Amino acid sequence: MTEGPARSGKLRGNLPPLEFYVPEPRYRPGDTVDYSHLEIPEAGTAARPDEACEARETGPLTTGLIRVLDDGSQAVGPWNPNLDPETLRRILRMMALTRAFDDRMYRGQRQGKTSFYMKSTGEEAISVACAFALAEDDMVFPSYRQQGILISRGYPLVEMINQIYSNRADKLKGRQLPIMYSAKDYGFFTISGNLATQFPQAVGWAMASAIKGDTRIATSFIGEGSSAEGDFHAAMTFAAVYNAPVVLNVVNNQWAISSFSGFAGAERTTFAARAAGYGIAGLRVDGNDALAVYAAMEWAANRARANKGPTLIEHFTYRAEGHSTSDDPSAYRSAREAEEWPLGDPVMRLKNHLIALGEWSDAQHAEMDRALAEDVRAATKEAEKNGILGHGLHHPFHTMFEDVFEDLPWHLREQADQAIRERRTKWPEWKE
Amino acid sequence: MLEEEPVSLHDAPTRPLNMIEAINDALDIMMAHDPDIVIMGEDVGYFGGVFRATAGLQGKYGKNRVFDSPINECGIIGAAVGMAAYGLRPVPEIQFADYIYPGLDQLISEAARLRYRSAGEFIAPITIRSPFGGGIFGGQTHSQSPEALFTHVAGLKTVIPSTPHDAKGLLIAAIEDNDPVIFFEPKRIYNGPFDGNYDSPSKTWKAHPGGQVPEGYYSIPLGKARTVREGSAMTVLVYGTMVHVAEAVLEAKGVDAEIIDLRTLVPLDMEAVEKSVEKTGKCLVIHEATRTSGFGAELASLVQERCFYHLEAPIERVTGFDTPYPHSLEWAYFPGPVRIGEAVDRLMNADS
Repeated sequence: MTEGPARSGKLRGNLPPLEFYVPEPRYRPGDTVDYSHLEIPEAGTAARPDEACEARETGPLTTGLIRVLDDGSQAVGPWNPNLDPETLRRILRMMALTRAFDDRMYRGQRQGKTSFYMKSTGEEAISVACAFALAEDDMVFPSYRQQGILISRGYPLVEMINQIYSNRADKLKGRQLPIMYSAKDYGFFTISGNLATQFPQAVGWAMASAIKGDTRIATSFIGEGSSAEGDFHAAMTFAAVYNAPVVLNVVNNQWAISSFSGFAGAERTTFAARAAGYGIAGLRVDGNDALAVYAAMEWAANRARANKGPTLIEHFTYRAEGHSTSDDPSAYRSAREAEEWPLGDPVMRLKNHLIALGEWSDAQHAEMDRALAEDVRAATKEAEKNGILGHGLHHPFHTMFEDVFEDLPWHLREQADQAIRERRTKWPEWKE
Repeated sequence: MLEEEPVSLHDAPTRPLNMIEAINDALDIMMAHDPDIVIMGEDVGYFGGVFRATAGLQGKYGKNRVFDSPINECGIIGAAVGMAAYGLRPVPEIQFADYIYPGLDQLISEAARLRYRSAGEFIAPITIRSPFGGGIFGGQTHSQSPEALFTHVAGLKTVIPSTPHDAKGLLIAAIEDNDPVIFFEPKRIYNGPFDGNYDSPSKTWKAHPGGQVPEGYYSIPLGKARTVREGSAMTVLVYGTMVHVAEAVLEAKGVDAEIIDLRTLVPLDMEAVEKSVEKTGKCLVIHEATRTSGFGAELASLVQERCFYHLEAPIERVTGFDTPYPHSLEWAYFPGPVRIGEAVDRLMNADS
């Protein structure tokens, strides 16, 4: 007789066989959409604990939803940031500009001016309101859908378009996929195409700021899909261990290309709830409510700056369009989803709030949209003078070998010579 | 980076140090000179590292500059990238080279690519120190030599010292370098040179000239090989622990070989390699890492491309076998005196 646990299945009795589970989204193309399962609390009902509170006090806020703008377009409750009308108009303007820019760049890609574009339609409140709630010199480690931050911080549209066109004026020398901006002077880290890598980097930047006794904090953004990466766990662990002055944002827009949020664990709990396991503060916020987003980021930024530690914020929103210009969402999700999204359109909600305050009008909004479209058109024309993708007006050829290292080692020098020979063979008249 | 002129090695007094002490000395000197240098890693703080390389540094420079990290290599390297973006000069330790794989995305896609993808806006002056190599009964997860993975990455430099003297000077150069550097420390020779005869008593660095380490600051430029000994019968290209094994084998066989310690794999001192092979006409490449797609393949290819008409025999490659590093049979894996000796004989007996 052997000792120890039974080796056969005799303890299993008549149990049925194991079942493998694969999440499935509620709606596929052609389905009618019913969002009644979503718990959307009334605006103004979430409590606002002190910014210096114990992390565990934010527990209820990680499963609820912080909302400020109510159905009557009024700002209500303890999270109302009480912004003056002029600030509200500036936030609205930057959101509208982001949308106008996205629309123009999307069309530019369809016209063959560049290879690729990614819109942030429906998510403008998140990037723009966060930019307004942060200090200008706080460091942002963005994903690819925070163009609203760059725009809000006043980065020239022409520079963005030069990058998108990879033209001869592109500051990144035509090396990066369109929209992978880098703008150090604007506190905007170089965007990576590898997902979630920026999360632990933001924590490292924040650790460095604390090591140096600085006052600046860091923030980072990832999608709910890439919160599944190990980098998320690395970032949360380091942020918790070193009490890093960082605000970590998960933009839950429900879809990661064609994979719904269930493939990142959303069927089990909220993304904000993960904060509890690390012992850090967590907030879950209506991402289509610019005032709620502003209030949440302001709370977390103040907390970080007061040495009270990191915060995880889940921005609950909806990706209203495709993942990118290379994606067709009608192939995997119901078109009704975006239309019926219960949290509405962030631009319209802020616009209606300003109108309700008597600080804005439909006519003013239409005029603003017209002027912004004209600004974007003018910037586009200006950038096109520097060339569009594939039309020869790119960076000088030799720059391809620069910046691999600070200095050019012999093997790259030889490879550069080879590349130039190849070019001369193909185009004997070529000169640089 | 340093304001003062490097001390001339001929003038500086030397003292005998083992490789760990030499590395510790380099870190100490650089931390004293540059307040932006921080050290983090598993067990590097209060305890001073499992191999003691950071011993005493937390006490001297404080917890803000030398601190333990979670067991998460992705986080260690990822945080280092963020710290570098802030303007610091992190020198993280990965406890064993075998543990570096969870951090590869942060290293390959991020640290190595920052300068290029941001057109120089952001750089990653990070030196990742990591003990590597076998011969210490470390089993398959504490013995690997993964250097070829890193030499394959555009934007990374790979440095491997073979003596305490070189370890100090190369580490200082690596820390001063504005590009990310992988600094692999051959842990078998931390305490003394190793001639490959595992059944003989261990030696210490005391009697070895490479164990005499100058005091104070000095650096050895990355990309410059060291001629261990001159000779005319063949060129031996080697680095790390295998420098000493090769030296002992050729000494014992009485072969007048020229031994070149590469010291840096990227950038490689190809000039020194070519010059030597052109002189000797024969080339033996040795590394402890597995054979297929190892750095020896790159070396052999470069030598035949550039020195083919000087070669009098096929290039010989002596390496570890293409198996995981076995615990009980590690000496069967290790490219020891017998394997090297066979290759040397083949080269010596080759018809020219």
